[in-house]
Amino acid sequence: MAAAGISMREAFGQALVGLAGSHPEMMVLDADVSASSRTVLFGKQYPDRFFNVGVAEANMIDIAAGMATCGLRPVVNTFALFITLKGADQVRNIVCYNNLPVVLAGTYAGLSDSFDGASHQSVLDVAIMRAMPNMTVVVPADNVEVRQALEAALRRDGPTYIRICRNPTPVLFEDAAPLEIGRIRKLRDGADLTIAVCGIPTYMAIEAAGRLAAAGISVDLLEVSTVKPIDEAALLESVRKTGKVLTVEEHTVVGGLGGAVAEILGRRAPARMDFVGVPDCFAESGPYMELLSKYGISTQEIESRARQLVEGVAA
Amino acid sequence: MAVVETASRVDIDRVLGEPDRGRKAAQLQHLAQQFRITVLDILHEKGTGHWGGAASAAELLVSLYFDALNVRPDEPLWADRDRLVVSKGHASCMLYTVLANRGFFPAGELSTFRQLNSRLQGHPCMHTTPGVDMSTGSLGHGASVALGMALSARVLRKIWWSYVLIGDGDLNEGQTWEAIMAAAKFKPPRLVALVDYNKVQLDGPSDEIMPMDPLADKLRAFRWNVAPAVYDGHSVADIFESFEWIRRQQDWPAAVIYKTHKGRGVSFMEDNAFWHGAVIDDASHATARAELLATLAELEAKL
Repeated sequence: MAAAGISMREAFGQALVGLAGSHPEMMVLDADVSASSRTVLFGKQYPDRFFNVGVAEANMIDIAAGMATCGLRPVVNTFALFITLKGADQVRNIVCYNNLPVVLAGTYAGLSDSFDGASHQSVLDVAIMRAMPNMTVVVPADNVEVRQALEAALRRDGPTYIRICRNPTPVLFEDAAPLEIGRIRKLRDGADLTIAVCGIPTYMAIEAAGRLAAAGISVDLLEVSTVKPIDEAALLESVRKTGKVLTVEEHTVVGGLGGAVAEILGRRAPARMDFVGVPDCFAESGPYMELLSKYGISTQEIESRARQLVEGVAA
Repeated sequence: MAVVETASRVDIDRVLGEPDRGRKAAQLQHLAQQFRITVLDILHEKGTGHWGGAASAAELLVSLYFDALNVRPDEPLWADRDRLVVSKGHASCMLYTVLANRGFFPAGELSTFRQLNSRLQGHPCMHTTPGVDMSTGSLGHGASVALGMALSARVLRKIWWSYVLIGDGDLNEGQTWEAIMAAAKFKPPRLVALVDYNKVQLDGPSDEIMPMDPLADKLRAFRWNVAPAVYDGHSVADIFESFEWIRRQQDWPAAVIYKTHKGRGVSFMEDNAFWHGAVIDDASHATARAELLATLAELEAKL
């Protein structure tokens, strides 16, 4: 696994610049965080297509919606928490209700705005976005996927939420087939347990699956980059084989990937499940990796929960 | 149901082709009153909907769709059309009545308002109703959306107009002021806010619920080009004058404030917050209808 050079937000900012030429209808909006979201890169090169609306997220999202009705392809940028909460009415009533092709790029997602503390950390965005009809929710696991997610989102006719990490993280998919919206990526074949993961913890799940294999537990490892609409067929195929699922995400255990998986399995293929994610609480300030670990997201935690599931021990 | 007062096709074509501004104003004044009766009948029959805000916007919506807006009813999504965002979405029944009579969909469909399986949702929905440029209902969205449309025109080098019809409730919403600030920053040409300023909201008079005065001063302080006159939003002749003012402007964004009356046309409903969304009972309907018909006869005599 290659060490990351640049952060995921930087990769996204570069992707906007890279796609500007081939997508003249793409407009970029930001709410006074362009230096953080890295849309500043696009704004400098394409000032006529860049709109910094100040700290006014609701307004930004509806301006983008108005643009989308006129044939433009706006990409809205601010912190994930603010898109999903300050802009929730706009996302629901204007963007989703009208099924408008707006890309909502939620940066500093999960616990990645770690030092800023709970006021900025976004661990419920997937749950909220997932509940919006017409919304597609994409959670890239690395810089390669974030670029591909943007490109794919620009080809879609409806709204897409892309979840972006603030920090440098391992690059996993440089040489892999490109991310496809709505498709699960199978990372490892196994029979004892399914691990379904999205986002940054994907590299942890890969590590954990390796350790588990060494201990004789074979993991069917699924990277679920599209949490909605979820790739039901690939999920069911895996779970019918293993009968046990551990979901892993940098999100509250309420309503995120774990919820999405449980909703399907409850109806179609009931299975033993457990959930690695942030407990139902507010986190705190601290270094990113230590924060993830304290709030339940680490290779060790995945490995230990997986063992408990396989061995039938209550979590 | 018998929506007997809906205008005939002949009336509509005559109005649209009328070259004389004075005569056209009189005809639209008459049409707006006809539409009030249609709306009153629909709301009475359905037992649901918003009379106050619909009646308040009658002349404005009629003047926009029958005079100002460059639209094609047989091609509602025509890319170069003028846009109107009715941010006070609770005026839906009047908007639908105007759109149907303008030719966007059959007037016979108006009686399905708020029914299951109808294209005419309680609040405007752009995906179900031809002619609706933006779904509204949750207040405060319209100015931002219209700003996005006006910015699009500039980016795409188009000359369509982007109008937003704003009500008192909209003006309470913080987002409206975010949009007002942003519009003054970006200054897209042909962005116009039309304020249906009846000063009554759901819970009571705006001066009690959330005073907005001095509205023109506030908009000017936010660097909008505000029409120096306050126009009578129930006089089509006055509205025509405001349109002429709008056409003369070079400084954007522009705003026009119209003095209106919630529930206009029915003495006991006018300026009365109760009739924001109250069910119109049989007795109130009969009395209100008689009043509206009497005014209609007066307007007819002036044609």
